[in-house]
Amino acid sequence: MKGKLLPAFFAAGLTLLLGASVLGVQLQSQGIETVVVVHGPLTWLGLFAAAAVVFAYQLVKDRVQRVRQNARQGSRFRLPAFLENHAQRRLMIALAIGALLMFPFMAERSAVDIATLTLIYVMLGLGLNVVVGLAGLLDLGYVGFYAVGAYTYALLNSYFGFSFWEALPIAGGMTALFGYLLGFPVLRLRGDYLAIVTLGFGEIIRILLNNLTEITGGPNGIARIPEPSLFNLQFARRADEGYTSFHEFFGIAYDPTHKVIYLYILALLFALAVAYIIYRLMRMPIGRAWEALREDDIACRSLGLNPTGVKLSAFTIGASFAGIAGSIFAARQGFISPLSFTFIESAIVLAIVVLGGMGSQLGVVLAAVAMTLLPEIAREFNEYRMLLFGLIMVLMMVWRPQGLLPLKRPQMELKRG
Amino acid sequence: MEASLYFLQQVINGLTIGSTYALIAIGYTMVYGIIGMINFAHGEIYMISTYVVFIVIAGLSMLGIDSTVFLMAAALLVAVIVASAHAFAVERVAYRPVRGSKRLIALISAIGMSIFLQNYILLAQGSRDKAIASLIPGGWQFGGDGFAVNLSYMQVIIFAVTLLSMTVLALFISRSRLGRACRACSQDRGMANLLGINTDLIISMTFVIGAALAAVAGLLLGMYYGVVNPYIGFLAGLKAFTAAVLGGIGSIPGAVLGGLILGVAEALTGAYLSTEYNDVVSFGLLILILLFRPWGILGKPEVEKI
Repeated sequence: MKGKLLPAFFAAGLTLLLGASVLGVQLQSQGIETVVVVHGPLTWLGLFAAAAVVFAYQLVKDRVQRVRQNARQGSRFRLPAFLENHAQRRLMIALAIGALLMFPFMAERSAVDIATLTLIYVMLGLGLNVVVGLAGLLDLGYVGFYAVGAYTYALLNSYFGFSFWEALPIAGGMTALFGYLLGFPVLRLRGDYLAIVTLGFGEIIRILLNNLTEITGGPNGIARIPEPSLFNLQFARRADEGYTSFHEFFGIAYDPTHKVIYLYILALLFALAVAYIIYRLMRMPIGRAWEALREDDIACRSLGLNPTGVKLSAFTIGASFAGIAGSIFAARQGFISPLSFTFIESAIVLAIVVLGGMGSQLGVVLAAVAMTLLPEIAREFNEYRMLLFGLIMVLMMVWRPQGLLPLKRPQMELKRG
Repeated sequence: MEASLYFLQQVINGLTIGSTYALIAIGYTMVYGIIGMINFAHGEIYMISTYVVFIVIAGLSMLGIDSTVFLMAAALLVAVIVASAHAFAVERVAYRPVRGSKRLIALISAIGMSIFLQNYILLAQGSRDKAIASLIPGGWQFGGDGFAVNLSYMQVIIFAVTLLSMTVLALFISRSRLGRACRACSQDRGMANLLGINTDLIISMTFVIGAALAAVAGLLLGMYYGVVNPYIGFLAGLKAFTAAVLGGIGSIPGAVLGGLILGVAEALTGAYLSTEYNDVVSFGLLILILLFRPWGILGKPEVEKI
């Protein structure tokens, strides 16, 4: 006990110092003067309480850890049994897809709109999951590819009149090209460099979009991006010259909800397609190679895999999914500006992947839903959103680096002892 | 003549900023040298120390103290202590528990910490710019009829303090017992541990030294610009990391050289192209150096041992 007192006092003092220096006092501008305001007794009481908690925890730390270790051996979080069975799982997935398809016809318009945004984040999460979760490459500039996809559609439309369906493959290809060109020099190096270079890339894209005012409209962005059409049927009240509008074709009254529902279904289909493609890729040699390379670089090389090529393929594929998500985002918003593509977006998508469990698709989907719906449900939570995301990343890495719903593979374990 | 004076002015400005990049870059390069990870939160430590400097100076001014030397000394002392405490706590909370795991995990933890710290300060101190008046105004002017080169006292102080800190650090690393332990750790941590060096302590100390230098940079840049907001750490951290890679990550003289080169490159871009493209040029430089000389100007190529 005595040996613990000193470290405990030290930790408590450290807590107090950290808290007092940032939370206890505040810089405020009063006119042209900047003054320091010392917060009231309540704040200081809180700080002392925090220090006391740290002090107490330091004293009983060993015991807590022992208890946790014992608990860990007993219970482990598992998927419900019905998801383990193959046929039942298929049924569940089919039911879920059916429910998702029914959803927009029953929910309110605003709910459908938010669901579309959630699906875009699901797509981004799944795409980044390939890069971070499967291939183990930390991409901090994922939003850069998202921006390239969105602007490709917006620019092709406003300059050359490309429709959504014409621009989509180009946007996907364009982002893949960006991913390839960026990844090529960097992926030969150690992983850390990739993190910082992609971070820089995301910033460069945003700065360029902001400053190439003649082309991209700068901070004003690009407005009036048309929504996609359904086999040339347009969703506007009045269709363009030579086109038919959706409600005229079916002889129903014009309703702006049609467009919202159509965008939702489109996003859903794309999200499902992305999920399926990745699901298949994971079971192909290339997907196995991603994971193998993540686990052991040297073993892979000695088995004849080309690390740069394998990493590059993951990076490029992940980028192209972001591009497709970006195009859908541009179509949904109808307006894009560089403000939608800040580093915060990259951080949110990364938090989704980390929380969901790196490599696990179901986990990523659930995390994306949670992360986008939570701020919508609790508005006051919005202020603390990024703080929590940062905290989640650290805590997940410390406690459960494999995520809440880790990827499970058929495996056998040697019996020990 | 005028053109060359203008050029000289840009070089002076660039070296000023560059030397503070170098101060921050030391933190990256030392941590990388010892535990081989990028401490993303380092830029935020610099930002926090700038806030502390502002709080101390504004607070003491309110109490009626106006001796410049005393204000700066007090600000420096408090900033170094608080920044070191933050870095120490960050290492304990976010890095030590994941030290044995894979590199990706430590990286994500670090980026999470950086996001956390930035938003923590944002919530505690507000997002608006806070400004304080310059303590050391004025400077020298020399040169021609059309264009005069300005060298402010603050710029001279920045050079001098940076030079002094670097000399002290170099002496500490090369002469002292702890410095020797530091070098031993960066060569082979396991072996150093076997030989009785408390590697945990050395790693903590590395973080503290990096934070102390970041606090020095916080004081100097805070006085130079006179403005602080919660977002300055992100970009400054990126720039300093670029400087560290440019000079050769893991090498302390490399960090200094990289910082100076980056500062001058940015000042010249700002002068002859547009300040908007400052960041583009520095990241472009980073990608180019990684493409052609990934071990940097003064670093040694990394040999991977199996």
